[in-house]
Amino acid sequence: MKDLKLTPIKNGTVIDHIEAGMAMKVIKILGIPEPDSHSIISIAMYVHSEKMGYKDLIKIEDRELKKKEVNKISLISPNASIVIIEKEIVKNKYWVSLPKIIKGLAKCSNPNCITNKGEPLETEFSVTNGKDIKLRCLYCDRNVTDVLESIV
Amino acid sequence: MNFKGIHVVSVRDFSRKDIEHILNLADTFIPIARGESSSTLMNGKIMATLFFEPSTRTRLSFESAMQRLGGRVLGFADPGGTSAKKGETLADTIRMAAAYSDLIVLRHPQEGAARLASKFSNVPVINAGDGAGQHPTQTLLDLQTIRQEAGKIDGKKIALVGDLKYGRTVHSLAYALAMFDTELTFVAPPTLQMPKEMIETVSQMGAKPKLVNSVEEVIAEADVIYVTRIQKERFPDPAEYRKVAEVYKITPEILEDAKKKMIVMHPLPRVKEISPEVDDTDYAAYFKQAFYGVPARMALISLITGVVE
Ligand SMILES: [Zn+2]
Repeated sequence: MKDLKLTPIKNGTVIDHIEAGMAMKVIKILGIPEPDSHSIISIAMYVHSEKMGYKDLIKIEDRELKKKEVNKISLISPNASIVIIEKEIVKNKYWVSLPKIIKGLAKCSNPNCITNKGEPLETEFSVTNGKDIKLRCLYCDRNVTDVLESIV
Repeated sequence: MNFKGIHVVSVRDFSRKDIEHILNLADTFIPIARGESSSTLMNGKIMATLFFEPSTRTRLSFESAMQRLGGRVLGFADPGGTSAKKGETLADTIRMAAAYSDLIVLRHPQEGAARLASKFSNVPVINAGDGAGQHPTQTLLDLQTIRQEAGKIDGKKIALVGDLKYGRTVHSLAYALAMFDTELTFVAPPTLQMPKEMIETVSQMGAKPKLVNSVEEVIAEADVIYVTRIQKERFPDPAEYRKVAEVYKITPEILEDAKKKMIVMHPLPRVKEISPEVDDTDYAAYFKQAFYGVPARMALISLITGVVE
């Protein structure tokens, strides 16, 4: 990792190959920094990458990602990779993958959709990856207008 | 498809073969729907009609279908005074109704309500309209009308006229017609034309829809003119609305150029889209269209309850 301009972390997660310029959005959907946490978070944006031209990179000390969080990242940066570090050693590395259906990760942008009316349900969207990622609500059958805004 | 126990949320849940199966069965129910013969097919069965917004036409059509087949009906025609009004979730109302009945017909102002109901009901649910969403039995009765009044669906030149942008009903119909071998023309002012997404969908299905903006351009060729309501609220300028409403109005003068056997359809209620002088002509199929809702719904009810295969 010669492009690493950030302090290495001891334990935690590196989110690499984030689409250039999207790091702050990843931070936002992960809800970090958490209010009572003082763990180090390092963010690098527009880092040179042979594969991608430019990429963003985030290192989060003392934090593991849940499956749901990885799925959320895949929605805004489908080519990202996740590296799990334990005691300064890479314990696991994998690429995020875009699920076909997401449950409970997003909110429908249609105000008249039944999923916005306090019913006991989990939202469900079908995910398609064309030029942009599209989320289609499986209840009202409408496309989400702003994918990033819809992520909960 | 095995129909027994399925929920009917969207016409997209069906294939062309499924639709033909429903409509073939519907044909055999026409004499019963007319009261010319009687049936005990649905004896002992109960249909719950839950109408969270009033729609007299749709509700009476469903209830007539069930009662003509010897079944019984319970439910409500609007939510006033029901537990829904007191804040009960739709999910709970559906669970309760499922415990009292063999199938549920749901009309609801929120989009996706029928999909939700299908998840909480252990008896089949039919979507009778959910907000601006789907209304699959309307599409079935539209297709039934074309078959009965124009002879068949395949090979017909069908023009959809009016507000093609916002009406989901007309989108479902376009989708269903694209399953058949039809020539579709979308007739609308540019601001109310069929959404691009919908045009792409039907094109992928093999239809090659033409887009025009006046009825004159299609009247001589068309076998079916399907007129929809143009809503005043879509126009910020009332003068603009009046102009558009005038241009898309079906009048005896326009019909002078039509084929003799052409039919005019409308989901009703109509406002000014078709002048009353057309009602007494052979072109008018819109009142018959309302009737065909009964046999089409009979077919669906008897299939999904497993009374007929
Ligand atoms: Zn929705």
